[in-house]
Amino acid sequence: MSATEGNTNQENKILVNDFDFYYGDFKALIGLNLPIRTNQITALIGPSGCGKSTFLRSLNRMNDTISVARADGEILLDGKNIYAPGVNVVDLRRRVGMVFQKPNPFPQSIYDNVAFGPRVMGLNRERNLDEIVEEALQSVVMWDEVKDDLKKSAMELTPGQQQRLCIARTVAVKPEVILMDEPCSKLDPMATLQVEELMRRLADEYTIVIVTHSMQQAARASDFTGFFWLGELIEFGETFSLFTQPKKELTEAYITGRRG
Amino acid sequence: MSVVTPRQRVLEEHRQPHQIPDEEKHSTNRKERVIEFIIKLCGVSAIFIIALIFLFLLREGLPALTQVAISDFADARWYPIEGKYGFTPLLFGTLLVTAGAVIIAVPLGLVTAIYLGEIAPTWLRDILKPLIEILAGIPSIVLGFLGWLVLAPLIQKAGAPTGLTALTGSLILGYMALPTIISIAEDALYAVPKEYRDGALAIGATRWQTIWRVVMPAAKTGTVTAIMLGIGRAIGETMAVMMVTGNAANINNFQANIFLQPVRTMTATIAAEMGEVAQGSTHYSVLFAIGIVLFLITFAVNSIAARIVGKQSRSRGSSL
Repeated sequence: MSATEGNTNQENKILVNDFDFYYGDFKALIGLNLPIRTNQITALIGPSGCGKSTFLRSLNRMNDTISVARADGEILLDGKNIYAPGVNVVDLRRRVGMVFQKPNPFPQSIYDNVAFGPRVMGLNRERNLDEIVEEALQSVVMWDEVKDDLKKSAMELTPGQQQRLCIARTVAVKPEVILMDEPCSKLDPMATLQVEELMRRLADEYTIVIVTHSMQQAARASDFTGFFWLGELIEFGETFSLFTQPKKELTEAYITGRRG
Repeated sequence: MSVVTPRQRVLEEHRQPHQIPDEEKHSTNRKERVIEFIIKLCGVSAIFIIALIFLFLLREGLPALTQVAISDFADARWYPIEGKYGFTPLLFGTLLVTAGAVIIAVPLGLVTAIYLGEIAPTWLRDILKPLIEILAGIPSIVLGFLGWLVLAPLIQKAGAPTGLTALTGSLILGYMALPTIISIAEDALYAVPKEYRDGALAIGATRWQTIWRVVMPAAKTGTVTAIMLGIGRAIGETMAVMMVTGNAANINNFQANIFLQPVRTMTATIAAEMGEVAQGSTHYSVLFAIGIVLFLITFAVNSIAARIVGKQSRSRGSSL
């Protein structure tokens, strides 16, 4: 599916205003301004260390676990600043879930992995849990593969299955936004394709932000693309036009492989 | 975290000692073979020595069974001089003191380990962890002194008829088992990959939910080992217990609170009486029989631990 097709929803789920981010004295993100559109896939590209992962982790405040980290500016989720004092980080992360680079299922059964989120949210009725687990596994197209092995340890799955399980685990909490940090970098091409198709399906219900090292992936799978360079957002726009008619010279140099 | 592919699993299941093909045997370095032999010797001799110890225990202890009727062992009186070898008070003493120590040390130890591993800032952990490990090295006799001089008077002041009680022993033993439990359990928690914590936090689990539902289960092997080593230390401890439990092999007049009566443990009995028995006498054999029972208890504790731990898949190269 080409990036310019699909719905052209222009509502902003997230709006980033003059956002700076520091690791101690090091300024990792500099004056970011960009929108994340509702029910669209936004890809963040750029060379290693350019801050795209840091930015992604800022969107659900996963950087809070780093003691020397500090943020300036605002990130509005549905118009409310997630860095405002008194924001409940746990609630925020239930609305903005995250999938990581390395598939990280818990060393528990497939069922328990998916049921983890609903359980920590206080849902303990087995019948409802069964439904949620099935629904979540259906939505990552995994139900038929594993429905007879729900008690099997998640560690026995292939990396590709593990990553889709991790997505199911995130989906089971019914978040509004799903952040993906290079979700395919540890997967083979087939599994990568499966995850990309999955993202496309999930975008009907969720707003997705994905960090990727692969420009093909960004071009194939996203609606909007942001190009990061040394902590700055160089260019942001619809994926198709960013890849075909980049406005900045640096963007062009990067996507054609001359810089990076 | 280990990702086991089907191929690796097959390899693991059919893993055999490395066989050297015939054509390579001649070229195998002489040095390699010598090293291999030494390693083999060490491994085999460790097993051999344990077997010897057990055989020795059996040889010295089994005659007791022929000289003393089983029903006499069940007697409630331990008066070796009158030929009464009632074993129950000693077993009772050991179980009581150990149970008390476990009740004190396990929850406290695990909570401390969680604090150190999950909650305390790194600088504090770096200070506390070595300190706790130093505590593990305090000779038990010193703790015995402490119990005798400080703890026992306190317990007596609190209303017990004497300060030398099962509770005193439990407190001292619990204190002795704590550093072991804390240190090993904390190592296990620390070894849990950060990815698991991130995965839980990233979908809205609180810190405590993350610790309780993800980190603790992932560290189960290590924490069970920690608890078992702690219990092992408590059961086997002799000197400190001998000094503070009052050494009364008497369960005929129960106190209302069983922890506030003097008891005598199996280990203390062996240590106290071994010096005054004639070699080969009935009393002598009975003391060794007690040793066999201690051995069996420890063996049982370890087997139970192995079962709990064994349920988790263990494969070569796994991180936990």
